[in-house]
Amino acid sequence: MARAADGNYLLSCGSDKSLKLWSVSRGTLLKTYSGHGYEVLDADGSYDNGQICSCSSDKTVILWDVATGQVARKLRGHAGKVNCVQFNEEGTVILSGSIDGTVRCWDTRSRRFEAIQVLDEATDGVSSLKVAQHELLTGSVDGRVRRYDLRMGQLHVDFISSPITCVCFSQDGQCTLSSSLDSAVRLLDKSTGEMLGEYTGHKMKGYKLDCCLSSKDTHVLSCSEDGHVYCWDLVEGSLTLKLPVGKAVVQSLSFHPTETCLLTAMEGRVQVWGAEPEETDEVVLAT
Amino acid sequence: MASDSDGDEDFVSYGTPLEPLEEDEPRKKPVPLHEQTVKDEKGRFQRFHGAFTGGFSAGYYNTVGSKEGWAPATFVSSRQQKAEKQLARPEDFMDDEDLGEHGIAPAQITTSQEFSSSRRDEAREKARAVNAQAALIPGDTLLEELIAPARSSIGVELLRKMGWKEGQGVGPRVKRKARRQQTGVGARVYSSTMPPAGSEDSEDDDDDDDFAPEDVTFAPKDVTPVDFSPRSGVRGLGYRGLDPGMALLGRAAPEHIDLFKPQSETRSRLFGAAQRGSRRGGGVAGQAFGVGALEDEDEDVYHKDSMSRYDTELGGEEPGDGLYGWTAPQQYTKRRDKSKDASYLGKILEGFTLTQRAGEEKTIFPPPTLPRDYRPVHRFHLTSVSVSRLSGVSPALAEALRTSRGHMVKEDPQQGGRHQLDSGQRRALLGEDVLQGPSSVMELLKPEDRDRLLNLRNSSNATDSRHATSSGGSTAGSTAGTMAGSMAENAARSSAVSLAVTSAVAMARSMAGSMAGSSSVSSALSGAASSSGLHQQQQEALASWRGVQSSTQSFKPFEKNPSKQARYELYLDHLRQGDRDAVEQSLDSGMTEWERSREREEFVRASILYRPSSSSLTARFTSAKHDEDDGDTVEVSRDQEGDVDDKQAAVKMKMFGKLTRETFEWHPDKLLCKRFNVPDPFPGSGLVGMPKVKRDKFSVFNFLTVTESRETTAPPKPPETGKRSRWDISDQKKKIKEEEEGDASLPACSSSEQQTADGTKSVDQKSSDKKSNGDEEEEEDEEESRPPMDLFKAIFASSSDEKSSSSEGESEEEEKTKEDEGKVEPQALNLFNISSSVTSSSTSVTVSTCANQQTVKAPVSSRTSSQEEFGPKLPPPSAALGECSTSRPPPSEERPDNKRSREKKHKNKKQHKHKKDKKKKKHKKHKHKAKQQKKSKTEASDSSEDEEDGHVSTEELLKRLKSVQSRETW
Repeated sequence: MARAADGNYLLSCGSDKSLKLWSVSRGTLLKTYSGHGYEVLDADGSYDNGQICSCSSDKTVILWDVATGQVARKLRGHAGKVNCVQFNEEGTVILSGSIDGTVRCWDTRSRRFEAIQVLDEATDGVSSLKVAQHELLTGSVDGRVRRYDLRMGQLHVDFISSPITCVCFSQDGQCTLSSSLDSAVRLLDKSTGEMLGEYTGHKMKGYKLDCCLSSKDTHVLSCSEDGHVYCWDLVEGSLTLKLPVGKAVVQSLSFHPTETCLLTAMEGRVQVWGAEPEETDEVVLAT
Repeated sequence: MASDSDGDEDFVSYGTPLEPLEEDEPRKKPVPLHEQTVKDEKGRFQRFHGAFTGGFSAGYYNTVGSKEGWAPATFVSSRQQKAEKQLARPEDFMDDEDLGEHGIAPAQITTSQEFSSSRRDEAREKARAVNAQAALIPGDTLLEELIAPARSSIGVELLRKMGWKEGQGVGPRVKRKARRQQTGVGARVYSSTMPPAGSEDSEDDDDDDDFAPEDVTFAPKDVTPVDFSPRSGVRGLGYRGLDPGMALLGRAAPEHIDLFKPQSETRSRLFGAAQRGSRRGGGVAGQAFGVGALEDEDEDVYHKDSMSRYDTELGGEEPGDGLYGWTAPQQYTKRRDKSKDASYLGKILEGFTLTQRAGEEKTIFPPPTLPRDYRPVHRFHLTSVSVSRLSGVSPALAEALRTSRGHMVKEDPQQGGRHQLDSGQRRALLGEDVLQGPSSVMELLKPEDRDRLLNLRNSSNATDSRHATSSGGSTAGSTAGTMAGSMAENAARSSAVSLAVTSAVAMARSMAGSMAGSSSVSSALSGAASSSGLHQQQQEALASWRGVQSSTQSFKPFEKNPSKQARYELYLDHLRQGDRDAVEQSLDSGMTEWERSREREEFVRASILYRPSSSSLTARFTSAKHDEDDGDTVEVSRDQEGDVDDKQAAVKMKMFGKLTRETFEWHPDKLLCKRFNVPDPFPGSGLVGMPKVKRDKFSVFNFLTVTESRETTAPPKPPETGKRSRWDISDQKKKIKEEEEGDASLPACSSSEQQTADGTKSVDQKSSDKKSNGDEEEEEDEEESRPPMDLFKAIFASSSDEKSSSSEGESEEEEKTKEDEGKVEPQALNLFNISSSVTSSSTSVTVSTCANQQTVKAPVSSRTSSQEEFGPKLPPPSAALGECSTSRPPPSEERPDNKRSREKKHKNKKQHKHKKDKKKKKHKKHKHKAKQQKKSKTEASDSSEDEEDGHVSTEELLKRLKSVQSRETW
């Protein structure tokens, strides 16, 4: 499971209760953060690469200091597995979505141990969340994509009917992308909720797999259970690339924020896919 | 302010002297305010903290700790070296400043109140002065004054706020002058008491009441509380030491020693009254002193005491010094009633007067003289009780008896509890209003039908009374009994019901009177009278209990009496097996007749009251499960966000957008907004998250709206059940029947869709009950346009609904009689025949057993066969007997009523289909009629007998009943 913290580094969350920081360009392991009591499910890095937050099945969210590898804060409060975690843009708030159906907003500045706010509108587990500026996008197993607009003080609920596995903002911030367990990725207009495109062909039935948009919002990418990464043209909706990653399920993927560079995670391996020279860096992890 | 050195001793200098100015020195800059510091006496800087923290800093940065931190007391665990118990005083935690002059607990002598500038409490000072007189050293209150509180108390302040002025007393202002203590001043020569202390001079003058105008009120007098300080010295009572003030005034010793008012004169003097009759000025006087050299008189040098100086009676003298708080009332009432008092010879206590009215004399009667042989033991006479306890008589009969003879039944007011009262009586007892609506089922019927029913009832009543009296006669076994029976028969032919009964019973009673002493007669009488009412109840109990599993029986009405409860359970067992004379078998043969008859009634009544719910109630609740189509009600009410189904449909059609998008107001936390660098969208609202109203997920209203919409979609139905049970107390059996009727009428009055159910299906249905039920439900769902919901509604809808709809249904039914009557008829006839067979069945055991066999075989098939076989003509009595068991609920099945109604429904539908079949039509017609008759019959509770269509002859019935009666009463 990988996530590009900046584009130059990647974090891999392992089921060995540890969190590993890699350099993407060099493919070397920089640091291992261990302190979770169970498998690590998600991680995110702050904008200044100074802090890392991670969440785990042990119901905690941990804020790490990158340089020292020490646990800066251990945030408890969720009643179940914490599926997803993310910093806000300034790294002042950690948002974590859990299987208990709540999203909790943790303050990294103060020493309070309670969440600033608990968003318990979801009626089932929160599988994915993203933060962009003043908006919070959550996807829940109850089949709804919720967008909390802090500036407007509004909650927009989009009904997708099948459990959401992953949600994304588009880079321009006008659309939301959501993949659900009915093997479809949908691009919705953020303001109205209308569907702009639906991308099918891949297989997503039982796993919580990721999807993302390319750096220029030109393509939609999604993991698949058949070992491929599917890449559609955003406008036309046609399948442009079916990238064979391996035989197993592609669990996670992440696109470089600026370059055409893709990270995929499968069964203890994180692969880095470049665009032009068709070369693949492979980082073998021992997870 | 420099002073000269030589003048240092002469002047006192205050403050710090300024530095001497030197001419050539440059002028100093004034120290700015923030640099001015305050130092304490040890040179430490004092920082001002603020008013609430005590001003200056204290301790270690205002804490109790030290630089090393605060060390709590360490725990000493050794047994020998126990930790010393520390008694911490507040002073332990105070430093020098606290104990200093301006600290919180100054340990220095300060100015007392006397010298302080605060207001002086004069009353207190007066009191203190009084106490000072009583003190050991007279006039010595200096020590007390030193430690006097600095302020007047809050009570005094409050009083002042309320308008109290110093020198006044406390209390409401009084109209009349309330003091009369000066009356005795002139009379007593020896009294030297001064006019009351502190009394205004104007008040001193007016002794009479008339002087004070009515509208002037006076403040009450300031009464100094009586000093109860105990005498503590070794000196004698009333001893006073040398009073310096008095000694200087040179007064002589008082002539009168008032034991009860010590120090009265000194007190009055202290209160500021002028001295009257002061004779000398100067000189020291007192008991302890002799007469000085300058004194003329020396008679008091050696103290001579005389008895004239003492009071000889208590309270004889008026209080002269204002201490009249206790004795004040006595002056007011005394004068008026003197004339009355004169008539009384005895001595009247002070403060009491004779009453105006003479109290009434209490006449005391002597206790009755007991007869010599009286023994205080009460014995009950059993025979009289048994005669008077005719409680088992059915209410109608008892009523008839009472009207005819007036004294026949010693009616115990409750007649065995509230179950004997009907709803009208209970309503009268409770003082409730009459319920609106038809008071009886009879009112729902057409007038001609009602007339017909009344005729039938009258005739049946006649037969009933005849059988009752004849059975009574047979049990008595005497010729007089038969005579009574024949007479009763004669009376019955005249068809005046009440007359027949009363005459019969009167005859029986006269017989009983002739055969005095034999208790058997009385019990026979009660048996004869009650048997008619009992009989029907027994049938009822049998019908409701037969075939019920024993596990369902849980209520134990006779729990307090184990043996009785055991007998009752035995009786219930018999009932379950369908035994007709269950009561007789379960009763204890060792009991007396009277007890047995009583217990018989109780058992029957209890078995009806606590009949298993499976027969009456479960039929209502079974179908509801099937009616519930799916669970989307829960789904809908899940969230406040609209209908999920709509959204689902929209998603299916890929119409994302407005249909799937919903927007709520959502309040982010203020801190969250701050962290996100976003202005708070709802400044000032303390709300966080979504507003509560919208988050109310499982609101009652969700369900309400759902059901409402459903009910509106469901067509209005004629539910038959609940309403009549409300007005009709007596018969649950009838209710069941109505229920059946309602069930039957549901499909009958519904639209005329047809169903292809046939006889074979119903046979299948019997074999696999539940499954076929479900199938049927499905079939009905498919075929009927009406949702099955209305069955549910028929049970649970409100009574007002039912009222209108049921009457509607009645009329509907009436309209359809042309077609429907014929169809329903044979069934109801069967029902009727059952009950008649139940009453008469004990005679013919073989018949009943064969009926049972038929039950086991196939009730439905027999019915269908009966329909085909008997066709238009009515079944003969034997066949009816055979069929009775089929139409009765088959006992072994779980929901007999339900099943039966199902079957009936089927049948009705079927008959709908073959509407043109004339034979069946006619058949049904009879059935319907008989059912109505049955209804009316059950309502009339006094008749145990079924009305007749003429197929079972009255003579035959009478014969059967006679034998039954003879069996059951004995």
